[in-house]
Amino acid sequence: MAQAVHEAHGADHETSTGLPNVKLGMWLFLASECLLFGALISTYVLYRGSIGEGVHPIDVFDIAYTSISSFVLLASSLTMVLALSAIQRGDQVRLRLWLMTTAMLGMVFVGGQVYEFTSFIREGMTIKTNVTSGAFYTLTGFHGAHVTVGILMLLSLVVLSGLGRLGQERSQVVELVGLYWHFVDIVWIVIFTVVYLIPAGTAR
Amino acid sequence: MASVSVPAEGARPRGLLRRPTATTGVWSWITTVDHKRIGLLYGATALLFFLIGGTEALFIRLQLAEPNGQVLSADTYNQFFTMHGLTMIFFVVMPLSAAFFNYLIPLMIGARDVAFPRLNAFSYWAFLAGGLFLYSSFFLGGAPNNGWFSYQPLAETSAGNGANFYAAGLIITGLASTVSAVNLAVTIINMRAPGMTLFRMPVFIWMGLTVQLLLAFSLPIITVALFEMLFDKRFGTHFFDPKTGGDPVLWQHLFWLFGHPEVYVLILPAMGIVSEVLPVFARKPLFGYQFVVFAGIAIGFIGFGVWVHHMFAVGLGPVANTAFAVSTMIIAVPTGIKIFNWMGTLWRGDLRFTTAMMFAIGFVGLFVIGGLSGVTHAVVPSDFQQTDTYYIVAHFHYVLFAGAIFGLFAGLYYWWPKAFGRRLSEGWGKAHFWLMFVGANLTFGPMHMLGLQGMPRRIYTYPARLGLGFWNLVATIGAFTIALSVLVFLANVIVTSRKAAQHEADPWDGRTLEWTTSSPPPPYNFEEIPAVHSLDDHWHRKYAEGKGGTLVPVPAGGADHHAEAQSGGHGIHLPGPSYYPIVASIGLPIIGYGVVYPKLWWLAIAGAVVLLVGLYGWALEPSAE
Repeated sequence: MAQAVHEAHGADHETSTGLPNVKLGMWLFLASECLLFGALISTYVLYRGSIGEGVHPIDVFDIAYTSISSFVLLASSLTMVLALSAIQRGDQVRLRLWLMTTAMLGMVFVGGQVYEFTSFIREGMTIKTNVTSGAFYTLTGFHGAHVTVGILMLLSLVVLSGLGRLGQERSQVVELVGLYWHFVDIVWIVIFTVVYLIPAGTAR
Repeated sequence: MASVSVPAEGARPRGLLRRPTATTGVWSWITTVDHKRIGLLYGATALLFFLIGGTEALFIRLQLAEPNGQVLSADTYNQFFTMHGLTMIFFVVMPLSAAFFNYLIPLMIGARDVAFPRLNAFSYWAFLAGGLFLYSSFFLGGAPNNGWFSYQPLAETSAGNGANFYAAGLIITGLASTVSAVNLAVTIINMRAPGMTLFRMPVFIWMGLTVQLLLAFSLPIITVALFEMLFDKRFGTHFFDPKTGGDPVLWQHLFWLFGHPEVYVLILPAMGIVSEVLPVFARKPLFGYQFVVFAGIAIGFIGFGVWVHHMFAVGLGPVANTAFAVSTMIIAVPTGIKIFNWMGTLWRGDLRFTTAMMFAIGFVGLFVIGGLSGVTHAVVPSDFQQTDTYYIVAHFHYVLFAGAIFGLFAGLYYWWPKAFGRRLSEGWGKAHFWLMFVGANLTFGPMHMLGLQGMPRRIYTYPARLGLGFWNLVATIGAFTIALSVLVFLANVIVTSRKAAQHEADPWDGRTLEWTTSSPPPPYNFEEIPAVHSLDDHWHRKYAEGKGGTLVPVPAGGADHHAEAQSGGHGIHLPGPSYYPIVASIGLPIIGYGVVYPKLWWLAIAGAVVLLVGLYGWALEPSAE
């Protein structure tokens, strides 16, 4: 869209991306969020392995368990798309159904994370134990907080739809929440891979 | 396009609070979502912080005026130099630039407001909340005292709550800036008037876009570093604690990965302003418009790849140091391109030495000095000698004070008549310029000498036998000269505000769209959204080129194109004012206090509730009543 300055006079050139402002804003916000998670993941990568004394994440990971909760979170992206499709067709019942399902799947994930954290703490790994455990809880905790915010937004949408204030013409709101939700899912793929799946190095 | 009014949805239920209706008085300012008013709020707040940060600087200079100074204790000195840096960067140059961006972006691209007006108000109030929160630490046991860079593990192991206030306060202002960056970037990308293609945008708008993207991509990095620091202090993690395997250098990487793009966040707005002021008062188009634009974008990109030059002395090894020395030298190239383009703009121009023009020329001249001393830092062996000496202090004050602040003052003198309908007095203005010009060189010039003589930064006193007394005294005299020039500026503002307003739409014979509308502009900016046909469209409506390249005024339309207010803007939907931005932003410092004081943890929950009430009220707010 960057026309040369010398191009013929006339006011008919593109002066907008054609995207709604809110959607462009959401994309920019998510781009900014990439750097947030980028810095958090970088910190974890620096400290992964077994630095310092005490119990380390690799000692307590239950990869099968976390794989299942990861699958649950990824599945919620599908239901999110179904919710968007429902509101675009004007199907309020299915909209609420799929929004609710998405939120439930998110809650299962966050609940799983809470359970995982408490079991890790029982096994002696707290946020203070060593530098690796601190980086682990910070990174996954930030992600969990993002999922929680997403759940709040989803539940708010369910309520709005129930009150009749989320008509077909406002499908964009669902789309925006969906963009955020998919972002949070995709980030988890990276975090899950980096934190749980790639074997950690030996002690430094 | 570009009408930002929310579609009216008449029969929607009420929100929590009635939509505010006041158009004058205090409440109208508290609830305003008008980008011009928010711009003025940013500007006034920044100038207030400028006086506070300047006062801190004066105390610093008094303390250092002679050997074994007794004005401040060591701890107070540390608090003052830390808060001076934080104030000038986060609460003066950034918000003053934000003031110009807020006020001018919609006017210069032919829009009626920014993309998200309430979010814009939220940005301002959150910025103010963060500033007050940080400054409240002075009364709550001591301000941050580890420098604005807050090196670890010194900062997080220092006694007191200063470092907690630092981390929480900067997270709040960072959030405000991120939100504002997204808002303004969307405005520029999506809301330009018909015909305002990207390469018909004024350079100031280009620099605005670059700055917003720099902010959006660098602030999250320091946010993470600040959270890690806060977690170290409050929850006992070990991110930056070398005793247990933590790495203090991680802090420096994260900090400067933000900190260097931040340097360009501070200087690019001033470069944009100068690129607007010079052509107007040289009565020539900007020389090499595309070069200036691409140089700005290049600075933005390369700015993310030079941060290690702040860390040459850390010991990252010759490979890292060499790579970043090269990238640092490369970034001088686009900066040099801009300097030459500004000189080309002045070359054989029909120069008018107004105060704005003098500040702009002063910017170019003094910025070159700061830029050249910057290039000497890029040479690693030379930098080893300069690290942590006053030579560094001299360098960054030449670019940030003699650079950014001069550029911003050029902007103040240039756009003052647009915002207030009156020109600032030229007589007072020139006194202001000359005092500030002399003062800046008197203050920061000697610091080169002091640095090369080996005077370290951040010390609160020095013994007489080092022979540093003379140049320190000169620098202190310079600092008070600057203070005097600021008083002259304030006097100018007061004198000007007592004069009758002239309401000239186009006092300087300008080139860009903001001069087509009245001064001050109506709330809706433009009666009719202008159609743009070229770069410097307003100029080309006023002048055509005659034989031999002479300017021939276009008879009709032209300069008094502003006769717009006839219909009074009836039928133009503007976003209504709102209480929620300020409500939501008040929640942030409350959360901050809850985080700083472990015993008051419930404040964090209370603050989160306030924030949520604000956000939900906001989301459910009916568009009009």
